[in-house]
Amino acid sequence: MTLADSLPLEAVRTRAHAADWREAIRLAGDGLVAGGATTDEYTQEMIDTVERLGPYIVIAPGFALAHSRPSPAVLRTGLSWVSLAEPVEFGSEQNDPVSVVVGLAATDHDGHIGMMAELAGAIGDEALFARLKDAETPEQLLEELRAAGSAAQDAATPPEGETP
Amino acid sequence: MKIITVCGMGIGTSVLLKMNAEKALRGLGVDADVEAADIGTARGAARTAEIVLTSADLADEIGDVPAKVIVINNFTNTEEITSKLTEALS
Repeated sequence: MTLADSLPLEAVRTRAHAADWREAIRLAGDGLVAGGATTDEYTQEMIDTVERLGPYIVIAPGFALAHSRPSPAVLRTGLSWVSLAEPVEFGSEQNDPVSVVVGLAATDHDGHIGMMAELAGAIGDEALFARLKDAETPEQLLEELRAAGSAAQDAATPPEGETP
Repeated sequence: MKIITVCGMGIGTSVLLKMNAEKALRGLGVDADVEAADIGTARGAARTAEIVLTSADLADEIGDVPAKVIVINNFTNTEEITSKLTEALS
């Protein structure tokens, strides 16, 4: 499963507005619901996770990976993407403020490794991440991701499912 | 050698960290088994591991384990992971 496949157009919000981190996660949850990956319960589970364990989901400067665990609220594995027009604070000492929240839903623990590898590549690539953050429309964002995805494939990451 | 990457749920950030840790280890030429774990199973898993990689927010939750606990600030930064692993391995 590639990153572009896991991220339908309906699951992407660009130039979005959120008053705080809860609202930002809610937008990411709405995207997962709109893309058919989860039910509304999962959105609440993602917020509960941060309330219980802290802002550990803010794993890179300006980036949060909102998620909970496999549950009946997960219909299928998928992602959502929210770029915020104004960044919000999650309380992360190292990586605040956050301007991109990706929502992740997975039906099991390893069916989404391929798309996670691509996502890690996209977030870790500063120039690409800046372009994704500033994309004006969901169409533009997906186009950037597709272009980056095919470039990454050429650069040879190990194929999905292979154990090194 | 066994290395555990830890996150709250074991599906998101720990998986991402596991992939980048494997990349860093390949770069260092170190042969290690990297396993992703959620915070609930991490304490048990950490008993048999040499190194635990996690975020600052979760490091305290792991508590007292024989493994070396390393805090990673940017999970997508292979350079940070490489330099912290190098230090831990030396």
